Amino acid sequence: MKISPSPHNYGKDSVSSLMYGVIVAMIPAMLVSFYFFGLGAIIVTLTSVVSAMAFEWLITKYLLKKEPSLIDGSAIITGLLLAFNVPSNLPIWIILIGSLVAIGMGKMSFGGLGNNPFNPALVGRVFLLISFPVQMTKWPLPGNFPMEYADAATGATPLGVMKEGINNGEPMADILQNIPSHMQMFYGQMGGSLGEVAGLALLIGCLYMLFRGIITWHIPVSVLGSIAIFTGILHLASPEKFADPLFHILTGGVLLGAFFMATDYVTSPMSQKGQIVFGVGIGVLTVVIRVFGAYPEGVSFAILIMNAFVPLINNYIKPKRFGEVKVA
Amino acid sequence: MAKTFSKGGVHPPENKLSANSAIQIVPPTNVVSIPVSQHMGAPSSVIVKKNDQVKVGQLIAQSAGFVSANIHSSVSGVVQKINTIIDTSGYKRKAVIIKVEGDEWMENIDRSAQIIRNFTMSSEEIIKRINEFGIVGLGGATFPSHVKLSIPKGKVAKVLVINGVECEPYLTADHRLMLEKGEEILIGIEIQMKAINVSRAIIGIENNKPDAIAHLTKLASSFKGIEIVGLKVKYPQGGEKQLIKAVMNREVPSGGLPIDVGAVVHNVGTAFAVYEAVQKNKPLFERVVTVTGKSLSKPSNFMARIGVPISNLIEAAGGLPEDTGKVISGGPMMGKSLNSLEVPMAKGVSGVLIMPDNESSRRRQAACIRCAKCVSVCPMGLEPYILMTLAEREMWEREENERIMDCIECGSCSFVCPSNRALLDYIRLGKGAVGKIMRARKA
Ligand code: SF4
Ligand code: SF4
Repeated sequence: MKISPSPHNYGKDSVSSLMYGVIVAMIPAMLVSFYFFGLGAIIVTLTSVVSAMAFEWLITKYLLKKEPSLIDGSAIITGLLLAFNVPSNLPIWIILIGSLVAIGMGKMSFGGLGNNPFNPALVGRVFLLISFPVQMTKWPLPGNFPMEYADAATGATPLGVMKEGINNGEPMADILQNIPSHMQMFYGQMGGSLGEVAGLALLIGCLYMLFRGIITWHIPVSVLGSIAIFTGILHLASPEKFADPLFHILTGGVLLGAFFMATDYVTSPMSQKGQIVFGVGIGVLTVVIRVFGAYPEGVSFAILIMNAFVPLINNYIKPKRFGEVKVA
Repeated sequence: MAKTFSKGGVHPPENKLSANSAIQIVPPTNVVSIPVSQHMGAPSSVIVKKNDQVKVGQLIAQSAGFVSANIHSSVSGVVQKINTIIDTSGYKRKAVIIKVEGDEWMENIDRSAQIIRNFTMSSEEIIKRINEFGIVGLGGATFPSHVKLSIPKGKVAKVLVINGVECEPYLTADHRLMLEKGEEILIGIEIQMKAINVSRAIIGIENNKPDAIAHLTKLASSFKGIEIVGLKVKYPQGGEKQLIKAVMNREVPSGGLPIDVGAVVHNVGTAFAVYEAVQKNKPLFERVVTVTGKSLSKPSNFMARIGVPISNLIEAAGGLPEDTGKVISGGPMMGKSLNSLEVPMAKGVSGVLIMPDNESSRRRQAACIRCAKCVSVCPMGLEPYILMTLAEREMWEREENERIMDCIECGSCSFVCPSNRALLDYIRLGKGAVGKIMRARKA
């Protein structure tokens, strides 16, 4: 007979069931990107996922000299997220570099899953953005399953159009003429990184993760809420200079970031109060970067910056203890 | 919305396989071993010797202090020897071994089925009786009941909280007792209310036992001041602090006791034992125990005598299944795995759970993925992942500041961890070390 201390039973979640749950949640957005960006999206996604898995396997086996375990699915998530964060016409070799940086620098150099302070996919993405600014900001225009890859017609993202228009002093009404309607953007019919465009599909994925108990509402709601409030105030104060809150939420990867990247277990705070602080931090930083900074978007940087604050948040924001009051 | 405690909690599969099987009496075996430490506190001192004749209900070991309890023989027969045996704690402990002859009870025990409603004892007399008759908390903690009923100077009891939650999966002993001995339990509660001089008692029962809630609510209409509160199912609602929060919405302060918020908590099984002691002159020498498991042929609830070997109860429930991997005293969340089936039944054994082999092994532990699930389920608002890391690094001072001593060892954190981390194992280790340091500081 076996002897062990209690408890003697286990909950239903394992690391891999959680990770595969996240992957399932990303499938709708992936399919939408295949539809709008066609062959290019498929090539980019496949390259990114396969290479992320391969790099993780190789690094674990030959550099860390441990038994590689790909089954937990976390490398697939990193690969998918990286693909979601780049344009669908990105050359294969650049994707490979991004994937190597994401897995090697972003994750394995810290000791693998659970130890990395920064979201690996974002490390990869920001590295590419700095190293290959031209390729990383040429966005193919959405079509109906287009068959072009590298030669796809490109254009600016709605956020890019907005930023340039505002900088040139164009009236808001004119700028809005040049970008898709909010409804089109919600479905995903706009230029952008391949996984960030499909608002509706991302929302479905998020609801699935909430329903399965993979994530809690704290981070998504605080990110979106703070962006909505902050840009709402700006918009009310000066509708000509600042776009409406919904525009900000639907564009530039806010939904992708709030649902899938800020909620990354390893790089977000442990207490629910801490998660709200983290989410609000991301929201505020995103708006600050967008409105006052040089880059039109800003979610990626905002998440990475807040990632850096996570240890601090965990140290100072503790869950409310039961029976906090001392005995008198 | 149904009431519950507010912080954390988990929902393990309930598996109440034996909920519909009525309490059956199992006759004692030929030989019983009655351990002398079946309660929290000092072991009792044996007052019988080899070859003494004893009757059912006769005192055989005397309480050794305020926090200790009398122990009575559960059978009639001859004392064979006083020996050390392994009991449900897994440790070697002293026990009185009795060879059973007949079933002769002490003459003053009222064995009739008649329910006696009225009592005349004073508060002191009740507490004295409970002390003499060896009653301890039957929820599993086995804390001597007279201690809990003796309100310390300067404190005032306001509410008697009765635990009918039975939040451990599989266990149904309290559930059956509420259905079959409802009136006795209510009288036992009245007696305890008198003992601590309160006019209000609240029985908390989880909503997965609607029959028990309905039954007791009906009966309670003829009792003054006893309320029944249905609670949303959530583990560990049966924890004293969680139950008080759920039914009274008060938080027992860290390091404090229920009486600090005016509450005294007893289990329904204890209330029944109090009834029997005061109204029937019957000491505590038998109790209801659930014997259950997925591959067991007859998951059952037994009224079993203290001292019969667990193997005997398993036999009565259909015999040990072939695929048995683990046998647990108690439930799956907080129970203790047994290293032998010959350990004797004791006052604190509320269940015997047989786990099939394929559910018995620990799963492989992986690295913490910082998913925060352990933090969100901890009913005490602790951060189990930190407590574990600090215990691994033996950083006891920080461990104390992180409030490790608040941990009620409910196991919710280990249960929920997707990386199967042995959180509670390390936390226990830490509690041991920190407890030692704190005691040394006081001394
Ligand atoms: S539940 Fe397990 S994996 Fe998740 S944070 Fe706690 S210890 Fe880490
Ligand atoms: S065992 Fe302790 S640390 Fe773990 S959930 Fe229960 S109270 Fe919290």
